[in-house]
Amino acid sequence: MPEAGVQPEAESRVLSFREALREAMVEEMERDESIFLMGEEVGHYNGAYKVSEGMLERFGERRVIDTPIAETGFAGVGIGAAMVGLRPIIEFMTWNFSLVAYDQLVNNAAKLRYMANGQFTLPIVFRGPGGAAHALAAQHSQALESLYAHIPGLKCVVPSTPGDAKGLLKAAIRDDDPVCFFESETMYALKGPVPAGEHVIPLGVGDVKRPGVDLTLVTWGKMVHASLKAAEALAGEGIEAEVLDLRTIRPLDERAILDSVRRTHRCLVVQEGWPFAGVAAEVIALVAREAFDDLDAPPDRVTNLDVPMPYAKNLESLVLPSPERVAAAARRLLGRPEEATVPPRAARGR
Amino acid sequence: MDAALLLDLYRQMCLCRRFEEAAAKAYSQGKIAGFLHLYIGQEAVAVGAISAVEESDYIVSTYREHAHYLARTRDARGAMAELYGKATGCSGGRGGSMHLYDAQKRFLGGWAIVGGHVPIAAGVAFAARYRDEPDVTLCFFGDGTANQGAFHEGLALAANWKLPVVFICENNQYAMGTPLYRTLSVEDVAVRARGYPMEAEIVNGDDVLEMREAVRQAAARARKDHLPFFIEAKTYRFRGHSVADPAKYRTKEEVQKWMERDPIQILAQRIRTLGIATDEQLTALDDAAKADVQDAVRFAEDSPFPAPETVGEYVYA
Repeated sequence: MPEAGVQPEAESRVLSFREALREAMVEEMERDESIFLMGEEVGHYNGAYKVSEGMLERFGERRVIDTPIAETGFAGVGIGAAMVGLRPIIEFMTWNFSLVAYDQLVNNAAKLRYMANGQFTLPIVFRGPGGAAHALAAQHSQALESLYAHIPGLKCVVPSTPGDAKGLLKAAIRDDDPVCFFESETMYALKGPVPAGEHVIPLGVGDVKRPGVDLTLVTWGKMVHASLKAAEALAGEGIEAEVLDLRTIRPLDERAILDSVRRTHRCLVVQEGWPFAGVAAEVIALVAREAFDDLDAPPDRVTNLDVPMPYAKNLESLVLPSPERVAAAARRLLGRPEEATVPPRAARGR
Repeated sequence: MDAALLLDLYRQMCLCRRFEEAAAKAYSQGKIAGFLHLYIGQEAVAVGAISAVEESDYIVSTYREHAHYLARTRDARGAMAELYGKATGCSGGRGGSMHLYDAQKRFLGGWAIVGGHVPIAAGVAFAARYRDEPDVTLCFFGDGTANQGAFHEGLALAANWKLPVVFICENNQYAMGTPLYRTLSVEDVAVRARGYPMEAEIVNGDDVLEMREAVRQAAARARKDHLPFFIEAKTYRFRGHSVADPAKYRTKEEVQKWMERDPIQILAQRIRTLGIATDEQLTALDDAAKADVQDAVRFAEDSPFPAPETVGEYVYA
């Protein structure tokens, strides 16, 4: 995984993604007694991926709470606690396991405020890693943000750098709505600059990670890095791709998408996860509706192949969007000849 | 025996009964839409349990929750207007029959996915423990919930973390149209609770005083010892699962047998036996409940629907 595409500022430190997340939680928990962390292995084990390392020692068992393997149960406990004024951070060991708590998030967390006519706020963060790691096969490799972004009442955040991870997690914890926060096993060790001092990034604001004029790569999370690599390769061919990191996919920074696409006249969405009814489709619908006259090519997307994740390494890498696939799709959008390494037609996320 | 208390319980149960009869009538007239799950026959459970706890204790219930809402809030207008889908309803017309809420009075729903609210109730109790507050949570649900995973996870966490919640299973013998003996491998739901472990008591849910006393003791222990308790109230719903259900899966004889132990009549008989009130006085209390309900119906009918421009409000804070 490459370094994030920004240079450290003078007052920044270089932290890993997991350290940045931990710093966000620790700072917020020290600021606000009503915040607690709950999940499988978050305490005595120090976190399945060591995100919460040292937090039990710091805050004690009252505020760093190990749970049994019962996602429905502890997600619901978090919702109940948030209903009456606490601010839980619920860790899913991975988002794959959130599916057994899907009822709690979709039927309860997302709907309470609306059903009760605004009588409650529900300040709760559900967080954990999502997407593919390495050869974890079909049940442990799912990028599920499209599933949660579909639901009104939930917010969805997918950071791509340690600096963003800290600033966005702090904003998510302070937010009065349920927020689904998607991290990545393969990015926890990624290092990057994190501003010192108070660092909060408002939800719903995208960030141009690389400016460009020839096309816009709209992306988020881990795919920001695949897109930056693709942009680097394209630059060698004289193509300047802009990489827009959405950072939050609900609320969606529609203005940032449209501003960029109106300048570059081409839009390619890069999404980990399946193409069918995914976030990329939503972005393309937005662009087609609002920026149709500005487009010089049909908007397109690069996504996972439309299959469950295979275990075999060669098949897995075929399924996931790669910088090569992104670059090839970009060339196609610009009417340039595609390179011979292009995967089969089905791989284009159509 | 506290005469004023008995008369108040009687009047509350009458209010629940008359409220639901009026709701069923309004439904048949097309004034109430959606699902309408009536509680008639089970009034002693809600009224007995909720009268037994403090107003600062939390109530979490299901989609068959009109009576729980009334027992906590006594707000027939807000409930009826909600059933009518009016802006003056307790959930602003956004919730309907299955989603009644009153945050101020700590009535926390109104949840309509079977079992989904059981962990939520545990979470409310968790918050009380976290803040070292004395409040207890009452969690109501039906016997059909006993086979749901969320029910088991909620009970397991409450037992494991010693959360002050009183789980109240209203065993009305049927999960929708399926009798419990066909779906539960044990005769009593309470048996399951004891495995967590959790003290579990089986009570006559048609006797409001027995119900009240069981919940009073359980809530006191939950408050003092920070432990969950389980109460299985044996009762019966006189109507179908919802107003759309003619309940043909039950024999007339069975329904008749249970209607002979109508919880309101059981309490009336006790009041008469104790010489606390005459038939005329009881009739007057029932008439007062009817008048409250009529007032609520008028209020609901006269209230406006939610303004169209508010449809997008309260999705997010």
